[in-house]
Amino acid sequence: MFENRGKPVPFRGGGFTHKPALPVSVMVFILLILFWETGSRTGFISNLVLPAPSEAFVAFLQLIETDMLWKHLGASLQRLIIGWSFGTLLGVSVGLLIGLFSVVRAGLSPLVSALFAIPKIALLPLFIIWFGIGEGSKVATILFGTFFPTVIATYGGVDNVDRSLIRMGQSFGLSWLSIVRKIIIPGALPAILSGFRISASIGIILLVAAEMIGAEFGVGAYILLAGSLMATDQLIAGVSMLSMMGLTMAWLIGKAENYFLKWRM
Amino acid sequence: MWGVKKWLTRTTCMDLQLNNITHGYGEISVLEDIDLTVGDGEIVCIVGPSGCGKSTLLRLIGGLERPDSGEVLLLGEPPEASFNPLTYIFQDFALLPWRTVAGNISLVLEDHPITRQKSKEIIDDVLSRTHLTDFKKALPRQLSGGMKQRVAIARALAVKPAVMLMDEPLSALDGQTRELLMDDLIELWMRESFTAVYVTHNLQEAVRFGHKIAVLSRRPGRVREIVKVDRALSDRHGNKSDLDEIQHYLWGLMRDEARAADRELLNV
Repeated sequence: MFENRGKPVPFRGGGFTHKPALPVSVMVFILLILFWETGSRTGFISNLVLPAPSEAFVAFLQLIETDMLWKHLGASLQRLIIGWSFGTLLGVSVGLLIGLFSVVRAGLSPLVSALFAIPKIALLPLFIIWFGIGEGSKVATILFGTFFPTVIATYGGVDNVDRSLIRMGQSFGLSWLSIVRKIIIPGALPAILSGFRISASIGIILLVAAEMIGAEFGVGAYILLAGSLMATDQLIAGVSMLSMMGLTMAWLIGKAENYFLKWRM
Repeated sequence: MWGVKKWLTRTTCMDLQLNNITHGYGEISVLEDIDLTVGDGEIVCIVGPSGCGKSTLLRLIGGLERPDSGEVLLLGEPPEASFNPLTYIFQDFALLPWRTVAGNISLVLEDHPITRQKSKEIIDDVLSRTHLTDFKKALPRQLSGGMKQRVAIARALAVKPAVMLMDEPLSALDGQTRELLMDDLIELWMRESFTAVYVTHNLQEAVRFGHKIAVLSRRPGRVREIVKVDRALSDRHGNKSDLDEIQHYLWGLMRDEARAADRELLNV
């Protein structure tokens, strides 16, 4: 009786979107560590090539026991926070000026593009001459390194603010300052915050590079020392700390985005 | 009380006069010799084929652009309570997505020296007039197109405009919402007649809402004809043969030009 009821239409939609799947990422992480650990224990991965994760963890515990963890981490964090804060603060200010004033744009934007391409670490010897071998040159490296990407992100953000909103502000007779404060800056904020993400990782890279050239304490100095002693367990412990720093910064910026860009969700 | 209010609005009448407006971008002349008068409490609709410079004309009227020659004059004093005599309503609503409904309205009051209490009163008043009180704390992304445009209308009312400049305010909305909002606009006008210049490409809207309809020609835009609609705004609902006639007449004026505009290559 239902011979002729026809065939159901085949489903062809779906896919190409992402669902949150947190357990998967945790599983991958755990599996990788387990594979690495068992590989090291069975001799499948030679200890000369790569130390076991447990050994790296022991090296990390030693750092805590000898009270060296905070010395290294504290020194690094201090440099990173000062360098990144001033770099992004200046970067956002200059980016806004370039975004708002044609004269500043004409004057500075080619300069920014020219200097952006220079790896700041190549300038470190100069920074050492200018700011001394101590904290100054390290902070300056991070500051310059984070400054340029922030400038570019900020004025890109200002350029992308919906012109119709600015025209609306003008049509209601809003003052120039009000338009900048209430329309342009909030409108550019998504771009500025994604600039922060990039500048944070650039900051960490430059931090380590600067510390490797001349520092008594700092995660970079610790890694350099570990490397020259072929203490690969310490090296892995140091690199993991960097990775954790990167994750923490990304997490903090994510929090900031959730707070400031609530309206976008 | 009512009498006083009426009298007050009458004494603060403000006419808008456009004299010989000519405007172009580079080589291309967009508007030529536009003369138009908008009386107090009058709604003038501007219709014309696409690309005839309707929106440009509105920007010139509101002072967002300067005409190449000619002048836009405000005759009479704007009402004292007006924060922004010439106020726009845009096709794309132009709401700040990071501010709530109330915040978007408060935006246009913040630059004026009024107390927080007064500003709150104005916001509550315009929200109730546009039936938005329940949506006070909503963000624009939570609202439908029609509600967004209502917020934009509330925002415009908040600055007590002398003249409303409406740039295709209903064109981004679907047919039913358009119908509802048109009723709202008419209701607002009935309650307190405002002066408005209403740009649209929809002849039905023009016939429904305009006291005068200015038909512009294709680029360069000139005023081809000004058609008067005599029927009272309150009495234009449903099928009215005289309104249909006017609409047909307008379409007759525009059809050939609209076709030509449609076939134009966009390489200008």
